[in-house]
Amino acid sequence: MSEAPNQSSLLLDMKNISIEGFSDERWHPIINNVDLTLHRGEVLGLIGESGAGKSTLGKAAMGYTQPGCRFTGGDVLFDGLELSRMNVRDLRSIWGTRISYVAQSAAASFNPAHRLLDQTIRASKRLGERSEQVLKNDAIDLFRRLNLPEPETIGNRYPHQVSGGQLQRVMTAMAMSPRPDLIIFDEPTTALDVTTQVEVLSSIRDLVAQFNTAAIYITHDLAVVAQMADRIKVLRFGEEVEQAETRTMLSAPEEDYTKSLWSVRSLEKPEQAGDDVLLSIANIDAAYGSSKVLHDVSINLPRGRTVAVVGESGSGKSTTARVITGLLPQLSGSVTFEGEQLPPKLRDRSKDQLRRIQMIYQMADTAMNPRQTVGDIIGRPLEFYLGLRGRDQERRVIELLEMIELDASFYDRLPDELSGGQKQRICIARALAAKPDIIICDEVTSALDQIVQEGILNLLQRLQDEFGIAYLFITHDIATVRAISDEIVVMWQGKVVEQGMKNEILSPPHPDYSELLLSSVPEMDPDWLDTLLAQRAAEGSKTIKAQD
Amino acid sequence: MTETQNQAAPSALNETAAVRLRRSRFERIRILLSRAPLTAWFGMIVVSLYAIAAVFAPLLAPYGEAEIFAKADDIWSSKHWLGTDQIGRDVLTRLVYGARNTVGIALGTTTLSFLIGGGLGLIAAIDRGWIDQIFSRGIDVLMAIPSLIFALMLLAIFDSSIIGLILIIGVLDATRVFRLTRSVSLNIVVMDYVEAARLRGENMGWIMTREILPNILPPLIAEFGLRFIFVFLTIAALSFLGMGVQPPTADWGSMVRENAKWITYVPYFPFPDAMYYALKPLLPAGCIALLTIAVNFIVDWFLHETSGLRDV
Repeated sequence: MSEAPNQSSLLLDMKNISIEGFSDERWHPIINNVDLTLHRGEVLGLIGESGAGKSTLGKAAMGYTQPGCRFTGGDVLFDGLELSRMNVRDLRSIWGTRISYVAQSAAASFNPAHRLLDQTIRASKRLGERSEQVLKNDAIDLFRRLNLPEPETIGNRYPHQVSGGQLQRVMTAMAMSPRPDLIIFDEPTTALDVTTQVEVLSSIRDLVAQFNTAAIYITHDLAVVAQMADRIKVLRFGEEVEQAETRTMLSAPEEDYTKSLWSVRSLEKPEQAGDDVLLSIANIDAAYGSSKVLHDVSINLPRGRTVAVVGESGSGKSTTARVITGLLPQLSGSVTFEGEQLPPKLRDRSKDQLRRIQMIYQMADTAMNPRQTVGDIIGRPLEFYLGLRGRDQERRVIELLEMIELDASFYDRLPDELSGGQKQRICIARALAAKPDIIICDEVTSALDQIVQEGILNLLQRLQDEFGIAYLFITHDIATVRAISDEIVVMWQGKVVEQGMKNEILSPPHPDYSELLLSSVPEMDPDWLDTLLAQRAAEGSKTIKAQD
Repeated sequence: MTETQNQAAPSALNETAAVRLRRSRFERIRILLSRAPLTAWFGMIVVSLYAIAAVFAPLLAPYGEAEIFAKADDIWSSKHWLGTDQIGRDVLTRLVYGARNTVGIALGTTTLSFLIGGGLGLIAAIDRGWIDQIFSRGIDVLMAIPSLIFALMLLAIFDSSIIGLILIIGVLDATRVFRLTRSVSLNIVVMDYVEAARLRGENMGWIMTREILPNILPPLIAEFGLRFIFVFLTIAALSFLGMGVQPPTADWGSMVRENAKWITYVPYFPFPDAMYYALKPLLPAGCIALLTIAVNFIVDWFLHETSGLRDV
């Protein structure tokens, strides 16, 4: 901090914060002696892997700890008030009005039974400083500044009547409405599509600057934090790794851990064409009930290669996977595997056909039965498809565990005793156990931290090189596509927009939709968002539409 | 730059995750019990006493279940601690055997209703198609008829043998178990791991027993405790109405009915005897009430432990 802002502008001063959490009959440290200072109008980026304690630290800035956690040391000085030892009633007079919080999932944070406008002004109304009409007008003004469509009337809608990106912006308006001194953003764009994320990021950034609000921006996405923060603090295992101004941090990180975080996005593999078509779907139409979701989709998957299917949510990527696996029989068109047509319905397929196409899911948490141990989870396909039992099965499970860079000590763990990355690895091992020819990967890395993502992508690549497995890789993340794919299929509204080799698709010229999608992926350059917005404004024609 | 990267290279093995201590089942139970509230302890002790009485009834009871003595309606004495009933059977003996019969029948009935209701509920939840529709609508029809009256009617049509009683109440009670099982299973059926099992080609039986059942067990166990109580009360009520357990089998509901008349005579007896006649119907009724409360205490505690509704 070369400018050294004067002491009077200091808003938040957290010293030697330590927090413990209670689990398994013991208290465990979650945050160890972390300091945090924040000046008025400053945005601090908190980054780290999941479990690094960034959310806990963010909430501690409000004097709040989650149920089952407690402060064990340190002071939280907010504008002269000591929050960590304040009672809840006094804290409530600060929460929502002087400090507000924007959660990751806006959908889960709104009351579905009340109109957006009423919820937006709830906290300010409690203050009683301004009349309801003034507050409503102010909220409408905020909606306008946040680029929400129809700002005059959108507040009369209910939460389910607007899209996820819009809801996230309404939540920002709600946080802004009482003009707080501090806003804590906890991964506000993680659940959004890249094209929506750009809009939300730019509106949050403008608003924070306009009102000179201080903000703590919690995220695991480095490219996002590079756009938002003035200063970045890196956390790991509940301890501070380092902190510096954004530009310094990006160009010259000091610690090895930070450097390794920074290098993740550089992963890239050379594309390889494949001519031996293993799986081919042709002219697929599919529908959920009466609404048609796939229109004339054709994709070829060559043996031992990776085809990435990209597109926003709702573009039909996962539905395509459901058709291939037989969960959703197609209305017309065919799925051909090794020159043989697969029956549309799952129950008509033979065990061997099922074995050869395996699937890995986005949420590893829900993809594993929480009551089965790792040994059971990986052992079942071995028994089911290959008839391995007893000692043989156990030996093979351990082999598979070693293949995914874990070891025998994981054999009798339950899923909730694994980290996010380990869970996804176990899911990969389960798919691998069946000795498949194809693995369909449905957003397998999007729920993971970047550093863990890199590990998973490397693992998948290694397994492909070793066993010649073909991947159909469904994702909305272009960095992932760059890292793993040979070919790319771009989908939009249930149709294939563009299809071809990776370099061909990723280099211009693009069709309009691909262009919008590709340009919206944040880069690790603090000027990226400004440049992009300036570019889009200049082009004019490609104005961002705030509609789903 | 590259060397430092390698040093810091993350490894999946070192990723942090909250690994629980490896505790034996005995240790885990000990920890659980050490946190149990007083009410739960009360419930557990009462239930164990009932269980002991039920299992060892022939050893504990001073006389035979249907053994008749010369003096009927005798008051307390050293020979008959709780007196004799209207045809001269020892009341204490009847109470002990009553535990065996009433609790045994209730347990059998509840188990049956869980087998039927739970099984059908799981099938309906997995299917979610026309099988679900048939089961659910059929169950709705059954539930539309007041169950006690329906049970009385069925018992009148068939006979009130113990097997008949278990079957009829078991089927009627299965409706509620079906609804619970179906609704909690629906939350599990949509999980990716169930889809993964389906994609693997697993059959219905595997998905029901291995993928879904273990995940819905806590609410089902709690419901088992509550249903057990309701079945128990239903049987007692039916016996009180004369349609339940038939003599000479000892049963608390029938004992309440046979002795109910004494309540009205209480004012006409002198003091110590009045107590005795008042207690005659109240003893079996108290046995029923005590078990009901005890099981409820246990269920409350269990629900509290498994639902995560814990005090911070």
